[in-house]
Amino acid sequence: MAGLRERTVSVALGTYAWLERRLGLTKPLAEAAAHPTPPTSASWWYVFGSAATVLLMLQVFTGILLALVYTPSAGEAWSSLQFLNHQISLGWFLRAIHGWGSDFMVAIVLIHMTQVFLFGAYKYPRELTWIIGVFLLLFTLGMAFTGQVLRFDQDAYWGLGIGASIVSRVPWIGGPLVHMMLGGPIIGGQTLSRFFALHVFVIPGLLLAFVAVHVWMVLYLGVNEWPMPGRIVSKATYDREYHELTSKEGVPFVPDAAWKDAVFAAAILLCVIACALFFGPFGPTGEPDPTIIQTAPKPDVAFLWIYAVLAYLPPELETPFMFIAPIVVIGGMVLLPLVAGEGEKHWSRRPIAVLMVSVIAVTLGVLTHLGTYTPWSPVMEAWSGDPTPTDYLKNRSPLERQGALVLQNKQCRNCHALGGLGGMRGPALDAIAARMTQDQMIRQVLQGGGNMPAYGNALSPAETRALVGFLMTLRGNNLSPAIDASRTLTQANPSAIPPGQVR
Amino acid sequence: MTNVNEPSGQPQPLPTSTAVPELKTRDRSRRAFLFKLALYLNGAIGAVLAVPILGYILGPAFKKDPSYKSWISLGPVSSFPEGETRLVDYRNPYRTDSDGETSNVACWVRHIQANQFQVFAINCAHLGCPVRWFAQSKLFMCPCHGGAYYVDGSRASGPPERGLFEYQYSIIGNDLMIDAGQMPTLSNSACLKKPLVQISPNSPYQDQEKTSWPA
Repeated sequence: MAGLRERTVSVALGTYAWLERRLGLTKPLAEAAAHPTPPTSASWWYVFGSAATVLLMLQVFTGILLALVYTPSAGEAWSSLQFLNHQISLGWFLRAIHGWGSDFMVAIVLIHMTQVFLFGAYKYPRELTWIIGVFLLLFTLGMAFTGQVLRFDQDAYWGLGIGASIVSRVPWIGGPLVHMMLGGPIIGGQTLSRFFALHVFVIPGLLLAFVAVHVWMVLYLGVNEWPMPGRIVSKATYDREYHELTSKEGVPFVPDAAWKDAVFAAAILLCVIACALFFGPFGPTGEPDPTIIQTAPKPDVAFLWIYAVLAYLPPELETPFMFIAPIVVIGGMVLLPLVAGEGEKHWSRRPIAVLMVSVIAVTLGVLTHLGTYTPWSPVMEAWSGDPTPTDYLKNRSPLERQGALVLQNKQCRNCHALGGLGGMRGPALDAIAARMTQDQMIRQVLQGGGNMPAYGNALSPAETRALVGFLMTLRGNNLSPAIDASRTLTQANPSAIPPGQVR
Repeated sequence: MTNVNEPSGQPQPLPTSTAVPELKTRDRSRRAFLFKLALYLNGAIGAVLAVPILGYILGPAFKKDPSYKSWISLGPVSSFPEGETRLVDYRNPYRTDSDGETSNVACWVRHIQANQFQVFAINCAHLGCPVRWFAQSKLFMCPCHGGAYYVDGSRASGPPERGLFEYQYSIIGNDLMIDAGQMPTLSNSACLKKPLVQISPNSPYQDQEKTSWPA
């Protein structure tokens, strides 16, 4: 038996030697894996980059599996997704993993970026690592957007329409750019093929190449040391200091730091699988038939904040903002390490950096949250679907009840809520009479203003009278009605009425 | 396959080409020149290759709007009752086999009176979402960002900068024809027609909020 064991070992060693003599990769790889890492950097805070890479691998792998079935043709893409969801065994699960993997990847890349920023890891000599990272973020978002397009449903179709409308606003070359983007005059077969090529070949190729460079630079420059308040980065001394740190106290990356990366990556993969299992795949929603207009398109979660920004920008600011803001934001991120490549790394000595992260995180969070329930969108079925609260109809005169009917019938509910139901584009009307006088209401209804269309052409005088009569009863929890102070004044003193004015 | 006796461990450094002292300077410069020449040759070939590649990629961009558009019928005039606005579907005149149902396009036809029509694009002038007509309130509403338009397509409220896009129409025989073919956006011929309401300081829809209303 001992002879057999010895022989097995010797054959294994021989195979290794044979390969290594011809491949020559084992030694440099082993050296890279064991490169000395500052002991404090073997931290749970340093696991996000490797987790993002693992998620990328998951996406590549599941993406290839989906491409086995998916048909990138505008006429068949949607039904091939239905086929994947319902006919191919576990096709739904693969789609779910790919979809959730995408959301997790965007989130982890953002967390990784925030951590790198707060730890000052972008400073000398890792400026280029950060800049490459900025492009990795953009490619990741590009994958998320093109991936949403490949899920060729109503949201994807109208999402492309939004994209084309944004592109069309580019000065001078907007028109040709739209045709380039769509591959023709309308969103159709050529459009999907283009986005398929982008999602499957172009962006993944760039992503993998940039990740390779990014990881190479981490190996070449070493893992960023744990920042300490008062330990200043200076181009003159940093290299020597870092070398001293790693040569004296350094621990091998594998296994001393890598075990945490591996545990975290496994945890993230488990989260993706769990989400995929419990929540299932994303869509597809309705068929991409442009003649079905009963739809309220919405982007995926990574882009909800943009959706919100586009709803809230004043119209005249929108086009400049669309093209100047991205240049400023991306330019700022790219230039950051070149401008602030030295100095303090620790967050406690960089209050503006901390403030920026807080403001950006809160802004993105709030805008994304708004994007989940789109208070700016009219609720198209509210007028026919939402009931009038019964309390608002009790003890009301026929005219007032008629007004309640007018309010439903003229689609007021699409933008104005009653009893918590209805659109949120305009203010809720439950206590409107406590805020506006009868005159103000009549004027607002007939002439519109603010964000409200004028209804003068859509309402007869009788309808207006009934509507305002009903609105006058809406005083919330019996609040006192709004009063026009000047009216009592003029009534008390008729001579104060300017000549020619009624009342 | 395996040979246990093969030298293992440190791979031997391969002989490098730098150790050629006897190579004459003349030879070197000749080879350097040839290498440079080969680079230029490749550059020239690359430039030649770039022409068809760019032509292929930029093809759609250089195509002019009118080449996508043609006059198509939306049906007989009698199918549009006077005073009403109706949703009509048509097959886009420019289409490919792989378009599937995406080459079906919807539009809103408003029959004003007699031979007077307005044909509106389905796409909101803000960001292209499909607007819906509400006959009761005589408004087009957009589900995306809440743009609203009046019955004549003019901007009523919300983020759009202008009124709805309109197709050119013509009545030939008894048919309502429109000049269609491409998705209307702010940058193509759909926009050439002067918008019904442009955001401007003089716009009647801008300053209503500030209008004071005498009691």
